[in-house]
Amino acid sequence: MSDRILEKLSILADAAKYDVSCSSSGSNRKNDNKGLGNTGNGICHAYTEDGRCVSLLKILLTNVCIFDCAYCVSRKSNDIKRAGFTVQEVVDLTINFYRRNYIEGLFLSSGIFKDADYTMERLVLVAKKLRTEHKFNGYIHLKTIPGASEEIINEAALWADRLSINVEMPTEKSLALLAPDKKRSDMLRPMEYLKTAIIANREEKKLFKKAPMFAPAGQSTQMVIGATPETDLEILYLANGFYKKMNMRRVYYSGYVPISNDNRLPAIGTPVPMIRENRLYQADWLLRFYDFKVQEIVDAENPLLDTDIDPKLSWALRNLHLFPVDVNTADYKLLMRVPGIGVQSAKKIYAARKFRRLNSEHLKKIGISFRTAKYFLSINTEFERKDLLPGQIKQLILTEGNSKYKANFSPQIKLF
Amino acid sequence: MDIVTYDGSMEGLLSAVFEVYEYKIPDPVICVRSAANGSLFGQFHEVHSNTEKTNRVYKKLSERLSKTSMLQVYSTFLSGLPGMENILLRYIQYVLASKQSVEYDYSHPDVLFVQQTSKKVHREKHRMEAFIRFQVTQDQLYYAIIQPDFNVLPLINNHFRKRYADQRWLIYDSHRKYGLYYDLETVTEIEMNFDIDVKHTKSVATLNDTNEELYQKLWQQYFSSVNIAARKNMKLHIQHMPKRYWRFLTEKQVQFNEEF
Ligand code: SF4
Repeated sequence: MSDRILEKLSILADAAKYDVSCSSSGSNRKNDNKGLGNTGNGICHAYTEDGRCVSLLKILLTNVCIFDCAYCVSRKSNDIKRAGFTVQEVVDLTINFYRRNYIEGLFLSSGIFKDADYTMERLVLVAKKLRTEHKFNGYIHLKTIPGASEEIINEAALWADRLSINVEMPTEKSLALLAPDKKRSDMLRPMEYLKTAIIANREEKKLFKKAPMFAPAGQSTQMVIGATPETDLEILYLANGFYKKMNMRRVYYSGYVPISNDNRLPAIGTPVPMIRENRLYQADWLLRFYDFKVQEIVDAENPLLDTDIDPKLSWALRNLHLFPVDVNTADYKLLMRVPGIGVQSAKKIYAARKFRRLNSEHLKKIGISFRTAKYFLSINTEFERKDLLPGQIKQLILTEGNSKYKANFSPQIKLF
Repeated sequence: MDIVTYDGSMEGLLSAVFEVYEYKIPDPVICVRSAANGSLFGQFHEVHSNTEKTNRVYKKLSERLSKTSMLQVYSTFLSGLPGMENILLRYIQYVLASKQSVEYDYSHPDVLFVQQTSKKVHREKHRMEAFIRFQVTQDQLYYAIIQPDFNVLPLINNHFRKRYADQRWLIYDSHRKYGLYYDLETVTEIEMNFDIDVKHTKSVATLNDTNEELYQKLWQQYFSSVNIAARKNMKLHIQHMPKRYWRFLTEKQVQFNEEF
């Protein structure tokens, strides 16, 4: 018995791990029924050996699938071991992991067996049992199966904190090439439906506190990067559209891990595009927290993100005419845009300079990355840039050995 | 130089601050009584925790400081870092002496120290909320042993009480020899000498519930299954989960035994 469940877990966790979303934040479910658990900012309870956060029990209900998406290990034509959990098994695993403080909750997805609605109903049943039979207030993320009916999606949103439907490929053309069973409209329609329903629920909640929770952590989506020839421009414009038009909470970028000999895809052994993926997340961060417009990050002349420096530094080097920025007077929004100064440091500088004029020692103590920032700041009368050209500044920053630009993503890391 | 000794509690420290003002002690060095024994120089001034004195300092401070900064003062105290008493004293003196609010004066060394130390303590609190692993005994007590860098039990109490409201639990700090016990109603601080050899947490496993081993195995299995070998990055892994925490992490027990 225990061997069988161990085997199932290994198969169904393995198959689910390519979905990179592991966020457990954005919901605010309280434990006021003296039940089990609550949600908050989301905690990473562990980190895998590849350095990713483990916050949720992320599994498939089953890896049996009637579709044949080329980039997916669970595709119909792939000769692998298949397994499936019962609804009760998923419930027990979630509760027992949660009680031991291993996880923040459950992220349940599934291959499509029979049809979309039948599959989705099973996922909803797990969530419902957790909420009603176990008074579980931890985090639940359910995958929306493309093509599921609005009725079932609606019920899912009543039990889950977050729903996601993966757009999978940056363009419709790539989707048609690699996932012939899927239509983009089957993904966009539920997104659109949820967006409208979520807005309506939030309005209702303002009027009646007792209105039911409805996907309090909103929806997210994911696309696979590097399996197809799209540029960062196409990827980021799509992401930006999701944020602006679909109220998407998060867009995830999943660097393609070669798992197939299919000649439509990069061959097995091709490195995972980790640096590119990281740059996309940094760009995404600029969109969400730094008030950048997407066209400031990529444009027709610069359709690809720089791989050796981050997108904020790239932007600054393309816009040297906006610098230097005066630490003691600059607007907060502009301070935040200085390479080497993050949101937190910008806040601190803004608060601290009310007491006295700040000098470079203060800035270092406050914790900005001074080696990078000094080329973009004027501090009292000091200013480091002199007449350097963008390329020279870049070179100086790179050679001054700022670990940030080397450490985690250098190719050497593969050696151990 | 006057050596001002206190009992090591937050109340004691605030009482000491009060007496520094009360007796106009010009050049005080505040330290815990037990640590001050044997110091040969200077004059001793012994402070006893006094609720009224504590409250008066507390009240004055809370008029001047935001809740966040009050918590930062407490966290800095919990850090137990050598010399934090005097930094806190100077911080309080600076706050009380200034007409305007100075809590965001990050270019002042003591203000910055309090902010940065409390951030470190907060990170340790957060790590404990993440890395605590409960095991279940036969009578359904969820217990965990920890050795945090700072004394964070008082800070994590709330989180665990709210989250695990329907199970009995015990979190024991084996460095500081005390723990928190929740009995389904309230959390109590309990002192005990739970002398287990923490390198072999297995020694208490005989008390465990019959399902405990299975769930530990399942969790270990899960942890290894979600790893993507093609993306291996041990440096990042260790940065997020420093090795000193591994001995208490269920998922690390497999490798742990091999390494030692
Ligand atoms: S439908 Fe989902 S599980 Fe099935 S092959 Fe496509 S991506 Fe994989």
